Order: sequence, then C-alpha cells, then structure tokens
Amino acid sequence: MGAGTGQARAGHGTAPRADPAETVIAARDLDLTFETGDGQVHALKGITLDIRKGDFVSFIGPSGCGKTTFLRCIAALEQPTGGSLSVNGMTPDEARRARAYGYVFQAAGLYPWRTIGRNVSLPLEIMGFSRAEIAERVARVLDLVDLAGFEKKFPWQLSGGMQQRASIARALAFDADILLMDEPFGALDEIVRDHLNEQLLQLWARTDKTIGFVTHSIPEAVYMSTRIVVMSPRPGRITDVIDSPLPRDRPLDIRDTPEFLEVAHRVREGLRAGHAYDD
Amino acid sequence: MRRTVLPVLTVLAAILVIWYAGAVWLNAAWAQDRATRAGVELSLVELVADTWAQDKPKLPAPHQVAAELWRTTVEQKVTSRRSLIHHSWVTLSATLLGFALGTVLGVALAIGIVYNRVMDMSVMPWVIASQTIPILAIAPMIIVVLNAVGISGLLPKAMISMYLSFFPVVVGMVKGLRSPGIMQLDQMTTWNASPAQMFWKLRLPSSMPYLFTSMKVAMAASLVGAIVGELPTGAVAGLGARLLAGSYYGQTIQIWSALFMAAALAACLVALIGAVQRVVLRRMGMA
Repeated sequence: MGAGTGQARAGHGTAPRADPAETVIAARDLDLTFETGDGQVHALKGITLDIRKGDFVSFIGPSGCGKTTFLRCIAALEQPTGGSLSVNGMTPDEARRARAYGYVFQAAGLYPWRTIGRNVSLPLEIMGFSRAEIAERVARVLDLVDLAGFEKKFPWQLSGGMQQRASIARALAFDADILLMDEPFGALDEIVRDHLNEQLLQLWARTDKTIGFVTHSIPEAVYMSTRIVVMSPRPGRITDVIDSPLPRDRPLDIRDTPEFLEVAHRVREGLRAGHAYDD
Repeated sequence: MRRTVLPVLTVLAAILVIWYAGAVWLNAAWAQDRATRAGVELSLVELVADTWAQDKPKLPAPHQVAAELWRTTVEQKVTSRRSLIHHSWVTLSATLLGFALGTVLGVALAIGIVYNRVMDMSVMPWVIASQTIPILAIAPMIIVVLNAVGISGLLPKAMISMYLSFFPVVVGMVKGLRSPGIMQLDQMTTWNASPAQMFWKLRLPSSMPYLFTSMKVAMAASLVGAIVGELPTGAVAGLGARLLAGSYYGQTIQIWSALFMAAALAACLVALIGAVQRVVLRRMGMA
C-alpha cells in the first residue's frame, strides 16, 4: 500500500518525475517503536514512500499518526528501529551533517537576543560562511519572504506571522534543497495562514525546493501539495497517497473548483478510514 | 515618581518611630540607675533625652549612629585607622575578589554539571552540603590552614567570600544553561552545530538573565563572607574588625554604624549589578 498505490494513480501533468534518480527521500518498510513505561509504542510501522525532487509533499493525519515522527526521522532527529531510509542517497545523519535540509518548527524559535537579520544569519555563522556572504544571503532570503527592511528589528517587535516567515528565511538561508516543515503555520490565524500558504507556494515555485510539510488542515494540504500522504495512528502508518491533479500554478480561489473539492473529499475519506480501523 | 516616594518615606518614618521608641525602652533602665545613684529624680522629658544620648547605649538612637557615621567618614582622612571608609575598602576588596572567584567557580561548576554526566550525578549534593556547614565554623579553619601554608591577608577572606558566593551562581547557571527548550536544541542539531557553538550561541546567551539574578544574591553573600572572615582572625582592619572591636569595648554606636555601612555597601553593589544587568540585557534585546 502507500507509495505503490499513489504512484499507480499518478495524474500529475506538469513536472515529469518518473526518473528514479530524482528520488531524494526514499523510505522502505520503515519502523520506529518507542519503549515507554506502558510498553512499546509503534510510532511508525511499514512506511514505504518515495519523495521526488521538486515535490511538495504534505503529511496529514490525526495526532499520534507519526507524521511529525517521520519528518524527524528524515531530519535524523529520531532513529528508526527498522527498515531503511535514505536522503539524497545518504543516511539521514550523513545528510544532516551535509546540511541537506532546512527544518522549520511549529514555533518560530527565533532567539530573543538576536535581531531578525542576526537570527537568519545564525545557521550561516555556524556553518562558517564569510561575513560578506552572510550579509548577501540574509538580504536575499529576507527579501524572498517579504521581510526586507526588518533586519534590525527584534523578534518581539514582529507579529507571529512575520516571525514564522523569518524562521522560514532562516531555513532557506543555506541553500538546502530540502525544506522540512512541521506544522509551520499551525499556531497562526486563518487569514495570516492563507497569506503565508500563498507565499510559500510562490517561494517553492521560484526555488524548486523539495518540501515535506506536516499539517492538520485538509484545505492547507490540498492547496499546497503535489502529493498528499494520509496517515493514521496506532500504529502510525500510511493509508493513502494522493497525487494531486491540480496545476502547479495555484491562485487562492482554486479552492472552490470541483477538482480541489474532489481531492479534499478523498483526503477526508482516507482520514475516516484510518479512524474506523482505530475504533 | 511621587507614587513610589510616598510609600518609601512612610515606611522609613515608621521605622524611625519604632527605633526611637525602642531606644527609650531599652536604655531607660540604665538612665534610671544612674539617676538613682546620683540621687536625682528624672522627669519624663529628661529620661527620654538621656536614653537618646548615652555613651554606650543598649540601642543607640538613629541620630547617634548618623553622627558617628558622619564623624568616621567625612571628618576622617581615608587613610586613618578611625576612618570607616578605610575599613569599608578593606572589606570591599575581599568581597570583590571573593565574588569574582565565586562567580568563576560557580559558572565553571555549572558548565561541568550541564555537560558532564558524572558531574551532573555527583557534584550537586556536595555543593548543597557545602552550604549546610555553618560558615562561622569553617571560616577560622580556612584562615588557620591558609596561614599555615603562608597565605594571609586578602586571599583567605576572599576564599570565605567565594565559599558563600559560588553557590547561588551554580544553582542559577545550571538552571540558565538548561533553559533552552528541546526545540531550540533540535534546531541547532539540524544545523549540525558543534557542542561549542551550541554553548556560545544558545546556552550561554539564554542563561544571562539567570546569571545576573544569581550574581545579585552572590554579591550580598560575598560581603557577609568577607565580614565573617574578619571576625576570627582578630583582624585589625575591615568592617568585621570594627564590629568585633565595638563588641569588645561595648561601643554599640560603632557596631551599628559599621552595620549600616555594610548594608549601604551591599545595597550599592547589588544596585551596580542591577545597572549592568539592565544595560547588557537591553543591548541583547531581552529587556
């Protein structure tokens, strides 16, 4: 199930992506069990999934379905207990050390003692970029997320949405090809969220990154993604992979089209199936 | 401004009233005694006046302490043995040295506790145990032992100050260095930051508010340590020596003026750290 069925149904028109060489993240039969006081918890069971270059993949499912855990496995923040996982052809930890991905957490996590500019430059300092290179990159990525002119502000002087944009700029600053985002807009209100969704899509179109995006929101997942991975809990597993028939260029009002509603319906069905299994 | 001045003045006035009343109550017996021996009868006004003007009262009145402070600070040359400024400087130098040593030791221990599992499991109980030993019991031993190996003067007193002042710094810095959340540490991991980078760029800046709060407590403790360190040696200089000499000769006014000097010194030092804290945290954008 999972990736296999998803690929069989592939109906994506724009990006040709059949070449297996372009697979950047490959999971085969991935397992992860946590030992807790009440015994074993199957956070992930039998996850098999390929993510290809330039994909925007959303992971959606109820709490405990392992969507965040899977993202953390890709980032080498968790160690799988079975199966195999490769990122850019390396182990996740090698990929982490090669700085293959940028990770955006649910909270912006900006350092209060650093200005926005210096927050964005933090990973660059850590990675040893030259001073001139840092200045150039900070200016470029802040411009990319529409925060030019806010370099000198401290995080508390910015709204929540602007802070999250700054944290996306920070994840983009060192040119990783993969962007992993764990409910980046979960704490923001609907209006700000719409706006940021649109901006993120534009940014993705301009930079050709591969994006892994964890979300609770069906409209968000359908609006953003080229592929939607539906997951269900206990044990955390993939119940459906949907290749979106929507074009890459997506105005906000695409959400009222029949195609959009059909995909959303299928996601909802997938989520419901997962829950029925649960009860 | 007026909103803070009025309550402060009210409290101050209340303290003065209680203090003057206390002086009458505690010193009246001696005044009566002396009057009886001289065969005179004291009116109430004369009695009160006497209790506020004795040479060696049980409790000196505020104006007596103020006069003594004036006489021993402004009217004496600072080099004089009678100058309270001179004695304060002796105590202050030991306080500052001990505070510096204590802060360095405290930060070093905290780093060890946060980064080394063995130290994490073993050091803290000893640190806490060290503070349960009465300083009055251990101070003479430190002085005597260091004297035996030829170290005397400023350093033994500073060691006692250090002994008292490293504790709040250890406790505060352990808390501060551990204040970054899991998310912030994970974030550093995703950038493949080295442990040194994690320390300098995340843990240390996060701990700054904790460090300054600890240093205020440590500074006050350090001053107490320096004064205690002057007591058992029969030191000839320092606020502790003034207290001791005052108690030998029943010079209560001298004791109280030394106490007030110590309190003022502590207040100034803590306020100084507060000022540095404000400047540093503001420059860091955290205040």
